[in-house]
Amino acid sequence: MKFSPVNFAKTLVAEVQEYSLLCARAVANIATPPRYIADTFTQLDSIGVGSLPIVVLTGFFTGCVLALQAAVSLKEFGAVNMTGRLVSLSMVKELGPVLTGLMVSGRNTSGMASEIGSMKVSEQLDAMRALGTDPVRKLVTPRVIATVIMLFFLTIIADACGDGGGAAVAVGLLRLNASAFLHTSYTALRYGDVVEGLVKPIFSGFIIATVGCYYGLRTTGGTRGVGRATTQAVVTSSVLIILVDFLVTQLMIGIFGR
Amino acid sequence: MIEAIDDREAAQRIAQGVPIVEFEGVDLGFEGHPVLKDISFRVAHGETRIILGPAGGGKSVLMKLANGLILPDNGDVRILGWSLQAMSQRELFAMRAHIGMVFQESALFDSLSVEDNVGYRLQEEHVAPAEIHTRVLEALRFVELDKSIDKFPSELSGGMRRRVSIARAIITQPALILYDSPTGGLDPITSTTIIELVAKQRDVSRTTSLMITHRLQDAFTLATHRWNVQAGKMEPIPDHGLDPNTKFLVLNEGRVVFDGTTLELTHTTDPWLKAYLE
Repeated sequence: MKFSPVNFAKTLVAEVQEYSLLCARAVANIATPPRYIADTFTQLDSIGVGSLPIVVLTGFFTGCVLALQAAVSLKEFGAVNMTGRLVSLSMVKELGPVLTGLMVSGRNTSGMASEIGSMKVSEQLDAMRALGTDPVRKLVTPRVIATVIMLFFLTIIADACGDGGGAAVAVGLLRLNASAFLHTSYTALRYGDVVEGLVKPIFSGFIIATVGCYYGLRTTGGTRGVGRATTQAVVTSSVLIILVDFLVTQLMIGIFGR
Repeated sequence: MIEAIDDREAAQRIAQGVPIVEFEGVDLGFEGHPVLKDISFRVAHGETRIILGPAGGGKSVLMKLANGLILPDNGDVRILGWSLQAMSQRELFAMRAHIGMVFQESALFDSLSVEDNVGYRLQEEHVAPAEIHTRVLEALRFVELDKSIDKFPSELSGGMRRRVSIARAIITQPALILYDSPTGGLDPITSTTIIELVAKQRDVSRTTSLMITHRLQDAFTLATHRWNVQAGKMEPIPDHGLDPNTKFLVLNEGRVVFDGTTLELTHTTDPWLKAYLE
């Protein structure tokens, strides 16, 4: 079929509209019953506890690499003692939130898209609606709540593990003073840095859940369609996380001046 | 905004003789292609309406319209007198509590056990677990699958899944049951078992139903047989009798080409219909 820019633009606008409506419904459902508390706890466990190992490992080794790389550069200026400051600022403001978002996205966006997509192609979503249950209320809202809450805490854990990894490398390999490392790490952080680091996972969590569910709900074309939806969901979610990270960083610099 | 959809109001409307299903001038199309054109028919309380027609004639779409899963482009779909188009999403979900649906491919929740599948709606209504278990067993006994209560859908055969789907549809004793090709893809013996269950539900509970089928023999079995409660089996109606509450609707290319009784259908003079039945 011949490519038409008009049709492409129309499809894009329709998709954005559909996605926005899904987001609005998922959030509005929080305010009205029925609420699926048990499903929310299941998702909190699956998304939060289930993602813990990858988040801990990613955070720890990112901190290790940061310390190694930072020490090499800082040594040239005789500022190797500032390694803790660099690791801490990088982890809390940027790498902790973004890498945690990307790791959780890779694990959970794909899971949500494939699970809901499989239900869609096997008519289970229609069956759910026929049985009087709103799939958005039952499947999407608990995932949005759980991902936003858990990504917030997972990011804090990743930040802590990153600092821990940086400290381990600094003390074990670079022979730096542990107390100095931790002190510079701590004093480097300002209120705005912490706020910036904790606001980002709220947006990322929302993106992960809504994009995963959106692609799952619009799946067509059998098992191949499920695979396609899963891939599209992970790609879209990852790109959106980085895009929103940029926008939030801009906003925070505007608010806090750093 | 319509009035509250509750069991008492629904029962009152049934007692007043309000048709359970009413389609009036319904049109529906997808991406500019008409699928249903000017569909009008009524299904009274206690009636079993068998929907026949060639594949792609809009039968499954009509079923989804009756459940509010799709809304028409034009015309009106009324269930128990309530217009589906006038309802909000929340009201539609409440309305569906009065409708049971058996899907073509069963559409059981594959991550839930048979017990949780059948008791799904009761769990949604926060019924006590002990009562759910009792009612699930009762529904599974009706479809003779009470021994499979702990199994998962993947462990069941196609026919068993279809029977679990029927149990799930009848557990709340809905005012209307929609069977979307319940015998599709099944062998003749299993199909007969499913048709027996449909006849049993029709004759024991007097539930109104719409049933799509591609197998004419299933349709005519339903019209010519009844459920014998004493013997616990389906038997032919004596003297070549016909079930008065079983009627037919035939669709072709999105239009109603026949709406009437079994006798009227078998004595039709319409050439297309005669060819289709032969």
